[in-house]
Amino acid sequence: MTKIDFMQGNTACAEGALAAGCRFFGGYPITPSTEVAEHMAAKLPKLGGVFIQMEDEIAGIAAVIGASWTGVRAMTATSGPGFSLMMENLGFAVMTETPCVVVNIQRGGPSTGQPTMSAQGDMLQCRFGSHGDYSIIALSPASVQEMYELTVKAFNLADRFRIPVFLMADEIIGHMRERIEIPDTIPAGERKLLEKDTLPYHAGKDLVPGFPQFGKGYGVHVTGLTHDERGYPCTTSPSVHEELVKRLVAKVESARHEIADFRVTNPGAEIIFITYGSPARTVEQLIHDHPDANIGHLRLRMVWPFCENALGEFPDARVFLVPEQNLGQIAREIERHTSVPVVPLPKLGGALHTPAELKAAMEAWR
Amino acid sequence: MTYTDWLREDRLPHIYCAGCGNGTIINCTLNAVDHMGWKKEDTVFVSGIGCSSRAPGYISTDSLHTTHGRALAFATGIKMANPGLHVVIFTGDGDLAAIGGNHFIHACRRNIDLTVICMNNQIYGMTGGQGSPTTPVGALSTTTPYGSREPTFDLCQLASAAGANFVSRWTSYHVKELTRAIHTGLQIPGFSFIEAAVQCPTNYGRRNKFRQVMDQVEYFKTHAILQQKAERLKAEGKSVPENSIVIGDFIRRDRPAMGVKR
Ligand SMILES: Cc1ncc(C[n+]2csc(CCOP(=O)(O)OP(=O)(O)O)c2C)c(N)n1
Ligand code: SF4
Ligand SMILES: [Mg+2]
Repeated sequence: MTKIDFMQGNTACAEGALAAGCRFFGGYPITPSTEVAEHMAAKLPKLGGVFIQMEDEIAGIAAVIGASWTGVRAMTATSGPGFSLMMENLGFAVMTETPCVVVNIQRGGPSTGQPTMSAQGDMLQCRFGSHGDYSIIALSPASVQEMYELTVKAFNLADRFRIPVFLMADEIIGHMRERIEIPDTIPAGERKLLEKDTLPYHAGKDLVPGFPQFGKGYGVHVTGLTHDERGYPCTTSPSVHEELVKRLVAKVESARHEIADFRVTNPGAEIIFITYGSPARTVEQLIHDHPDANIGHLRLRMVWPFCENALGEFPDARVFLVPEQNLGQIAREIERHTSVPVVPLPKLGGALHTPAELKAAMEAWR
Repeated sequence: MTYTDWLREDRLPHIYCAGCGNGTIINCTLNAVDHMGWKKEDTVFVSGIGCSSRAPGYISTDSLHTTHGRALAFATGIKMANPGLHVVIFTGDGDLAAIGGNHFIHACRRNIDLTVICMNNQIYGMTGGQGSPTTPVGALSTTTPYGSREPTFDLCQLASAAGANFVSRWTSYHVKELTRAIHTGLQIPGFSFIEAAVQCPTNYGRRNKFRQVMDQVEYFKTHAILQQKAERLKAEGKSVPENSIVIGDFIRRDRPAMGVKR
């Protein structure tokens, strides 16, 4: 029996994490993400899990990575300034192939910016913010329901690909309260353990090596230095570095069509909105208000890796309109995959696009 | 087992310079760990970045070689998530006291059940000899070409004030005492901090009048003064000779600790 509830997005995120078996939270308070930590602080000890408030976000993500190596599902939650602090250690998680979930309830930046206002300004930072080449997965919820569902999904993807998976929400979705259906079973995922007598960083066809969990007798050396398949530092061989980094990217990018997660409305439309996160809500309102206007909507629940095939769902597209709470971060990505005109509809400051604004943008293409 | 059974032999030879003091500290640590009778699979070594932090790569247990300064934060996650694991950290003076200073004082405050061994060579060895928070006033480094002017940290006082359960300092000359101190640290629940003064002939010694490796080890021998003796001198109103290295156990207590296996 699914349970009907009414809750805040951030609480739903924490509930989703607990349902997914998350038993370690390390973090540092920051608006507008703090409710995730507070809910975990209340619930984890009762479930035999660990909540620890660290001395800063650098330590928060470090503790999460350390915990993950003991085999536990681990997460942190933050926003702009804290997210920036995490960047170096996120690169470490990528390089060492450590599964973890990082929730970013985005607020206005740069710097301390607008602590209580919504934004989507970290969409490129989550993809490219740490140094070097790599790839990650970023999910973007547009409802309280999805705060729950996509958090569960984030843990499964993190374990499957052994990467940090980002839940890139925004303040509006994090703080809104709405109806949610809590299922009694959730999609299961598991962290495939390393088979004995296999080199710890030897990957098979899926390009993801088995996980040599600490405490199980693997005797594995884990380093952020470029390493060979034994896990040993090997920092001056061009081929070892190139092969490693290419595999780290390919294990995610080559799966992008299989794991793609998007919703299509009115595939026959000529004018298409592409959204993720809270701007989706305004587009849904517009479609609701103008049922006969044949407005197309591509809603990305997974933003990274970007699945360009999704654009092909709209064969008659004349224009892609992209409302974002930033100056066009994902519009730029869309642009490089299509010859259809892409029009960014940026909005800064924290307020949602209004239906009237989106209607006006649409009318210009009638 | 003996301490050599803990070495990851297929990683040898190591990267350390001839005469580097780090190897001595690794030997002392592995002897102490071996003495504990711990199983390899229950033991994890963690480190940050630096010559000192390369140590876990030469040990055959699970090990995590992390980012510069952050080893204690990673170790906190490991220990809190699985208190059944014995977690030992290798760090350097720069790693621990400069970039990692905040994590150091908070790990002491939490008194989390970790044992930290700091190889203090008073220099940034790995990056070619820049000044660190423990570079003595007047000492030469590539970033203090006219002699360091900054006051230094006393790492043991820092750990004591911040709340560690066990705090001890020795040098690479005091092999037996250091091994015993590490062994004590491994046994004591809560945060144990052991500082080992080590020679870095390549990047400290040769710029600071230690022409031979043994010159600096000899200096450790002649300038080390037992903590009890230093206290006695102070009580008698006499001053502790300048440039002495005060050695011994500074703190041994039983503050409430975190991450202890129940
Ligand atoms: C964030 C960051 N900044 C700087 C460096 C460069 N770096 C590598 S090791 C090191 C200093 C190490 O000194 P110490 O901790 O004393 O170790 P030692 O090599 O002396 O044993 C520095 C600055 C780095 N790796 N990461
Ligand atoms: S640079 Fe100094 S600390 Fe580093 S290996 Fe050489 S002697 Fe040892
Ligand atoms: Mg040093």
